[in-house]
Amino acid sequence: MTPRPSIRRRLFVQLGCVAALLSLAFILVVREVAERAAVGTQDGILGASAIAIADSLRSVDGKVTLDLPYSALSMLGSTNQDRVFYRIATTQGTLTGYDDLPLPAAPPHLDQPAFTTLVYRGEEVRAVSVVRPIGPASNTTDVIVTVAQTRHGLAKISRQITATATGVGIGFFLLATALSLLAARAALDPITRLTDTITRRGPNDLRPVTAETPDELAPLVLALNSFMARLRSSLSRTEDFIAEAAHRVRTPLATVRVQAEVTHRKLNKPHHRQAIREMISAIDESSRSAEQMLDHAMVTFRADSLARDELDLRALMLDTCARLSPTAALKEIALQRDLPDHPVPFRGDGILIQAALQNILDNAIKYSPEDSDITASLTVDEEIHMTITDEGPGFGNMDLRRLTRRFSRGENTSGVVGSGLGLTIADEVVRAHGGRLALSPNPNGAGACVSLILPL
Amino acid sequence: MRCLLIEDNEKLANAVVEHLQLDGHAVDHAPTLDQAQGFTAVTDYDLILLDIMLPDGDGRDFLNAQRQAEKPTPVIVITARSAVSDRIGLLDLGADDYLTKPFDFAELNARCRAVLRRHSGVAANLLRVFETELDPTSAELRFGGKSIALRNRELRLLEVMFGAPGQVFSKSHLMDRLYSLNEDASENAIEVYIGRLRKRLDGSGARIETVRGLGYRLMAA
Repeated sequence: MTPRPSIRRRLFVQLGCVAALLSLAFILVVREVAERAAVGTQDGILGASAIAIADSLRSVDGKVTLDLPYSALSMLGSTNQDRVFYRIATTQGTLTGYDDLPLPAAPPHLDQPAFTTLVYRGEEVRAVSVVRPIGPASNTTDVIVTVAQTRHGLAKISRQITATATGVGIGFFLLATALSLLAARAALDPITRLTDTITRRGPNDLRPVTAETPDELAPLVLALNSFMARLRSSLSRTEDFIAEAAHRVRTPLATVRVQAEVTHRKLNKPHHRQAIREMISAIDESSRSAEQMLDHAMVTFRADSLARDELDLRALMLDTCARLSPTAALKEIALQRDLPDHPVPFRGDGILIQAALQNILDNAIKYSPEDSDITASLTVDEEIHMTITDEGPGFGNMDLRRLTRRFSRGENTSGVVGSGLGLTIADEVVRAHGGRLALSPNPNGAGACVSLILPL
Repeated sequence: MRCLLIEDNEKLANAVVEHLQLDGHAVDHAPTLDQAQGFTAVTDYDLILLDIMLPDGDGRDFLNAQRQAEKPTPVIVITARSAVSDRIGLLDLGADDYLTKPFDFAELNARCRAVLRRHSGVAANLLRVFETELDPTSAELRFGGKSIALRNRELRLLEVMFGAPGQVFSKSHLMDRLYSLNEDASENAIEVYIGRLRKRLDGSGARIETVRGLGYRLMAA
């Protein structure tokens, strides 16, 4: 896998490279300037020394004589161990000094010191030559004065300056690198903050982002907000559609059912009443199917963007039992509650869990015989068990796994209105919450036992 | 019972009105929120049955306005929407209960009764005998920190006996309290109920004693 490009790393590397280049340039410039200054100083002294020697040249009887001023040489040698060489020569030959000291290739101009760097006796030396015409105006002799000095002192100064410049340059580089790390982080801070703002949101929070962002991020935030607006409207369209479909299907069914019931009350002939009862039962079947299919659609829809609200499962269970008690009472059924006496906290979608529980309880009431008990219990160990136990016909010998499949119904269901979606809905809800559905026979006799098992 | 039905579907409303009238209730029908407000302004109702989707607005707004005005009339919402999406919002707005369309009249009756019972005052109904509490509103028997839900007939039987502890009730008297005239049940049924209630009362401060030849009475355990 290729590493994903990181803006921070790139920014950091780029700033670091710039810092390195600047540091290098600083080191080179400082060294160059320092060397030039040192060379200039040496050249100045060398030049002054050569001119002082040239000034002491005299012409006596057509012959060139020299009274070498020692001050001219001592001003060169006083500061360090550098050795000094000199040569005073005419076109005929060397007058005095080191006669193997090379002369300048081209004779220098009058009174213009000519500087050159050369190797003499295995050492690098800096040499200056001055030409001085000596003698009567009619018959002058050009005398070339050459003074040379080794460059140990200069090299030492140069090394010191280079070392200092390098040290300062590296220090500058390190400081700049550290600062660029901070700068890269600070520059990317708005992105980090934007990410935080968005990741902290719940799955259903599709409000536009209003966090303060720099201009450069504005197009991104704009795109994000328009995307969320589209998502929001698409989600609410889906929800509206399901609600609208439910409304359209249920209202006419309700009308037919209510009218059938009123008619039933008014009829006297048993076979007429029987016909109406069958009609009502058919209406119940289709409305129950429609209801569960729409519930199922809503459950699937909500499970996709599962809310994580703080719930109290105990209160939720009490609520659902209270809601279904009147329905149970119509069949002489008592809903026993076996709940802990403290709240049972859970993070999840309350509407979905309630729908799951209601479907299980609905089933239990439907399949229970008249005059029986249904027990709703809530226990917490490593998991949370919400268990509904009834005294109905139970699951018989059928494959329990098959029951949670869509539209699949048990064997003992004749005479009971159902669509086979109740357990599927419950199963999908607990799965969406990371739990599972457990079906078993009632351990205390006949009946079924359905558990919604949720992780702690 | 005086009841207001707010429902825009004419046929459905007519049938519900007819049904409630057959049961001897007085019903007014408002097809819009506007008319409903007119009715509630001049009449105090025992119960309001409220549809959610109405031509001139959302029934929840009406409910909200009722609760803002601190009108105590219990409201049962009749919704055609999916319970999965609407449930929490309805109860949060202060509906006492809700029914989803289509519903059967038996359930409508049961829910009306339950809501009215809750509204008529909970504490007044509480029966307390021999350290044992009978709550007819929630159909619960409570003692020693636990509560047991009772079936309808069990509750009615206990209500009779808790009303007069120590008094002997004959089987035929209890039969009359449990079954209407057109239900046929043998006196054996009473024995079955008494047997079951003895189990329910097990561990409480009360017990049901058989008085040979006369009937049953509630005594301290």
